[in-house]
Amino acid sequence: MGKPNVMVLTGYGINCDEESKFAFEKAGAMAKIVHVNDLIDNPDRLDNYEILFFPGGFSHGDDTGSGKALARKIDTYLDEELEGFTRRDTLTIGVCNGFQVLTHLGLLPALDGASEKQVALVHNDSARYIDRWVDLKVNNASPWLKDMGEFSAPIAHGEGKFYADPETLKKIEQEGQVALRYFDGPICDYQGFEANPNGSLHNIAGITDKTGRILGMMPHPERAIEITHLPNWTYLKSEQGRENLPEEGPGMQLFRNAVEYFE
Amino acid sequence: MANLYIKQDFSPNKGDRMVFTVDVRSKIDDKRAEVLREKLRKEGIPVDEVQIVDNYTIDYTEGSDDQIHPEDIETVAGFLTDPVTEESSINQSPHPDEFDYAIQIGFKPGVTDNVGHTAKEVITDYLPGDMDVYTSQTIFLSGQGLQERDAKEVGYKLANPLIQNIKVKGEEMFRIDKGMGINRPVVEIDEKPTADIVNLLEASDEELTLIGKKGLANLDGTRRGPLAMDLNYMKAVHSYFEKEGRNPTDVEVESLAQTWSEHCKHTTFANQMDDIEDGIFSRYIKGATDRIRELKGKDDFCISVFKDNSGGIEFDEDHIISHKVETHNSPSALDPFGGAITGIVGVNRDTMGFGLGAKPVINIYGFCFGNPDDERELFKGPDFTQMMLSPKRIMEGVVEGVNVGGNCSGIPTPQGFTIFDDRYRGKPLVYVGTVGLMPKESAGRLSHEKKAQPGDFVVMAGGRVGKDGVHGATFSSEPMDTGSPATAVQIGDPITQKKMSDALVKEARDLGLYNSITDNGAGGISCSVAEMAEECGGCHVQLDSVPTKYAGIKPWEIWISESQERMTLSVPPGKWAEFNDLMQRRGVEATVIGKFEDSGKCVVEYGGEKVMDVDMEFLHNGLPSEKLHTKEPQRETYEPVLDEPEDHNDTFHTMLRRPNMSSWEFISQQFDHEVQGGSVIKPLQGAGGVNGDASVTRPLLSSQKAVVLSQALNPSYSEINPYDMAAAAIDTAVRNAVAAGANPDKIAILDNFCWCSSNEPERLWQLKKAAEACYDTAVAYGTPFISGKDSMFNDFKGYDENGEPVKISVPPTLLISSMSVMDDAKKAIPLDAKYGTDLVYVIGETNDEMGGSEYFAMRGKGLGTTTPKVDTEKNMKAYKALHNAMEQDLVESAQSVHRGGLIMALAKTSMGGKLGMDLYLKNLPGNYSRDDFALYSESQGRIVVTVEEEKQEEFEKAMEGVTYGMIGEVTGDSGFTIENSQREEIIRTDTDTMLENYRATLGGF
Repeated sequence: MGKPNVMVLTGYGINCDEESKFAFEKAGAMAKIVHVNDLIDNPDRLDNYEILFFPGGFSHGDDTGSGKALARKIDTYLDEELEGFTRRDTLTIGVCNGFQVLTHLGLLPALDGASEKQVALVHNDSARYIDRWVDLKVNNASPWLKDMGEFSAPIAHGEGKFYADPETLKKIEQEGQVALRYFDGPICDYQGFEANPNGSLHNIAGITDKTGRILGMMPHPERAIEITHLPNWTYLKSEQGRENLPEEGPGMQLFRNAVEYFE
Repeated sequence: MANLYIKQDFSPNKGDRMVFTVDVRSKIDDKRAEVLREKLRKEGIPVDEVQIVDNYTIDYTEGSDDQIHPEDIETVAGFLTDPVTEESSINQSPHPDEFDYAIQIGFKPGVTDNVGHTAKEVITDYLPGDMDVYTSQTIFLSGQGLQERDAKEVGYKLANPLIQNIKVKGEEMFRIDKGMGINRPVVEIDEKPTADIVNLLEASDEELTLIGKKGLANLDGTRRGPLAMDLNYMKAVHSYFEKEGRNPTDVEVESLAQTWSEHCKHTTFANQMDDIEDGIFSRYIKGATDRIRELKGKDDFCISVFKDNSGGIEFDEDHIISHKVETHNSPSALDPFGGAITGIVGVNRDTMGFGLGAKPVINIYGFCFGNPDDERELFKGPDFTQMMLSPKRIMEGVVEGVNVGGNCSGIPTPQGFTIFDDRYRGKPLVYVGTVGLMPKESAGRLSHEKKAQPGDFVVMAGGRVGKDGVHGATFSSEPMDTGSPATAVQIGDPITQKKMSDALVKEARDLGLYNSITDNGAGGISCSVAEMAEECGGCHVQLDSVPTKYAGIKPWEIWISESQERMTLSVPPGKWAEFNDLMQRRGVEATVIGKFEDSGKCVVEYGGEKVMDVDMEFLHNGLPSEKLHTKEPQRETYEPVLDEPEDHNDTFHTMLRRPNMSSWEFISQQFDHEVQGGSVIKPLQGAGGVNGDASVTRPLLSSQKAVVLSQALNPSYSEINPYDMAAAAIDTAVRNAVAAGANPDKIAILDNFCWCSSNEPERLWQLKKAAEACYDTAVAYGTPFISGKDSMFNDFKGYDENGEPVKISVPPTLLISSMSVMDDAKKAIPLDAKYGTDLVYVIGETNDEMGGSEYFAMRGKGLGTTTPKVDTEKNMKAYKALHNAMEQDLVESAQSVHRGGLIMALAKTSMGGKLGMDLYLKNLPGNYSRDDFALYSESQGRIVVTVEEEKQEEFEKAMEGVTYGMIGEVTGDSGFTIENSQREEIIRTDTDTMLENYRATLGGF
């Protein structure tokens, strides 16, 4: 198989579409930004794609709950097509607001094959929007996160605290659906930050469905694809010398993983 | 929670109106409520428990053939409720089992309710019909000894009575009333909207003056609000209509007032001032740019300056980068959240309206507030009426406004500053700016050029028109007093604008679907349409076609309303269908409201009648010019008599805790500065997370080119020497950029004058001196002005805490913003020290220039007399040499020296790296008489840099011919010491203690 086709959704206040598309193209995919309404007009278009990206942003301004209003629209008009898409051997990812949308759609975590909402991303413990870097530890075998081990990326959200009731949480853990956890790694050490930026239960930063093909995560891998994205890149430059400074940031591997999955 | 039932009829007939309520509350730990409880406790309110319920009122008229069923309402409630974390009730009044007071906060009629709009959109997808959704919030408080006045105080802490209704009920009353009552703020206007004839021809000079000052009279004798037109202006209007042989309509008078306002025509800068016939804008600002472009010749990088909504320079072979900085001061004093959010989304439209439309890529901000711990009361009205918000409330609201506006729009906001001074207590200054990126060519056209063609449709796109913002422009040209209408306050809706922005600058522009575009800001469509009509020579507008938020708005209000999120476009009739189809598919409302013509007239119709018919020439050029006179103020300044501090350590730590020196990390972290994926140098730098003076961002993902942005202002120098104040602002803005790696030959700047009492000759003298300095300094540096804006009456007139009349004027404040394109983002230089053994250099001279310094302000014995001078020749030489050294990778960190002096720059470098320094002043170049002056002087032209030990020779070679001194080294530990020139240790502290003090003052916000 050649280059996979990526559909990056946009519209209604989604705002990380361009950099998400750019990251996929840099990884060698063919990416296209598609407005939700254009997809609703022509839902069969999904048949031509292997990867579906729900980018971050403020769909509907987060009013009535982050991601809720956009999910409502997608659920009303694209329910079947989306189900068909995810049933195929495809990859789906939601980042930040996109993750919130996936939980509302019931695509994540989809425990026991259920399609209703089972987890939530609620107000940060600080009750305030926050933009900072976090360290992440990969916790399952999702193809999205192959060989990534530990890596760093930024978060930028007001509602990113992972919440589920104790029973659901236990099941997600048991089924191995926790994909990413916040941990005290190199960036936290550098900037003196707490590992968990928002009070997420079990330090959960991202989860997958049972297959690992659908990933939702609060941190933004597309904002960590260049070395100059890192908060400490000038320090690394001093330490390693300009010639030895890598070009890429740690988030790039996620996009490459997605492309390689179809090779 | 328990519920109280409200009786409702659930089965109305088709066409019936029904109102139902959905109340949503958290069923898990609600952090919002917890954080609120902690905040209230900190402020002394005895609350033990806080619970929050979100209320939706759905005001619905049946649209389909089927009846609405209770199940439908449950489905709707489900749309508004998160099943995992929330629960909801329908037509009930949920309340905690125990509580003492309930407070309900909802919007006043006509105020933008964004959550309501989204809820409506979601519900209408399921229940088609005519519907409005109103949101409010009920907050339940309980606490030992909690009194009704506490609950009321909480209401006033959380809501703004100008735009919100606050209801407070004790538990008993809540139960008796079965809740707070239904929140349904419907706009109801009884009057039939028509245009009135204004009897101007027979009006006396007195009446003309009154109309200009207080506005046209309503039928009941009240006035509509200031037109800000003096007698001269009114007479010019009078004689025009005398020649026309008729009285004007109210639409015409209001329209002229908008077009001629200080806000739109910048009369202070345009009129003759003393012997400067062409005015200070033409002579000193644009004059500087013209001269610089001439001198630069083929190296000129300006593309579009001073003629459009933003200024544009070359980014690369194929792209233009634009910048514009605005202020939103008066609205932010009245409603800080609304003022700031409309400010930021408003300046985004200056980007969308630059040329054929640039994409907003970076936001900047700058806040000048009263001191946040100042709790003295201030009133707009006599007898302790109309209390103004405290500086702390203003700060919190403004920060929240830019947070929501910038974050929701998906535009990074990496660059900004905060400044505090008692003189900003009456009116804060809220600067907001936006950088835009645009291809040089779009659909085969040069995209920085545009021209409406005769025959093109006048199209309004985006939001709808309401009464909000009526008299906004004239309002900010007037000092704030009791006549100020609350309609001047608006709330932005970033998502409506984001949808429009994407549809226009990412799609319609490159399809060539319109010929010209501009934003609707001050004066609304009256200004935007008239401005575009200048491109072709006339227009004919049908006001009935303008979509409105509610019925009953008068034609003059529709014409001048400043309702947000609107652009005006000229669309060729042949392209309208395609344009409109695209907008519809993107959820953007677009409407044809008239035609552009070459008739030489601006004609407006309403209800089948002409309500405006004015010559374009008179509309734009009919305002009489006035000659302004200036007078040097007689002021007494003196040098304060001060002892050297006995304990330099203590003085230094006190300085670090001053609000003007403090970290504003809490702002930097809540403004998304990484969206769009171009962040290079972030607002918080190094391991210590120190706020920088410049930021670096790559606006084009495929390119390593980056934009360096910085800002500077020195209002504390203004009363001593306005010339030095302006020169220092330019020098500092340039220096901040150079320190971050910008090429000094490629820096463009923007001016924002925020003055006070600009009808006083003394204030005008200060203005003239500042403008003169702008010319001299900019020309010497070769940094062209590309755009600017002024706000001339930042005065508050009201009453103090004793009820005595008081006037608080801002200090004359000139903000200089700089923008520079850097070829390789990896050459960007941060402020933080890197390694123990790196060498610490100071470039430039440190002299006894203490006038207006933060140090003198801290000592509190007087302003001083000697403001820092700018030696442009010497400085430029140093900046070029330093840039050359940076290009060779010889510099590890750089921090410009400004407010707070040398020690603050050293401290930031050290705190940033969390690495100590051993410093000695023996090698510090310059003429200073005492240790404290050496540490705190604000002499211009200085930069602190650190250099790797092995590169000492190379670095010093690169700096040949420049004044610099090597004053110490970075250490491997955290100790921070300074020895004076006699080798006595005067400072011994450490980075942790410094950071603790640096973060102490604003850390609690």
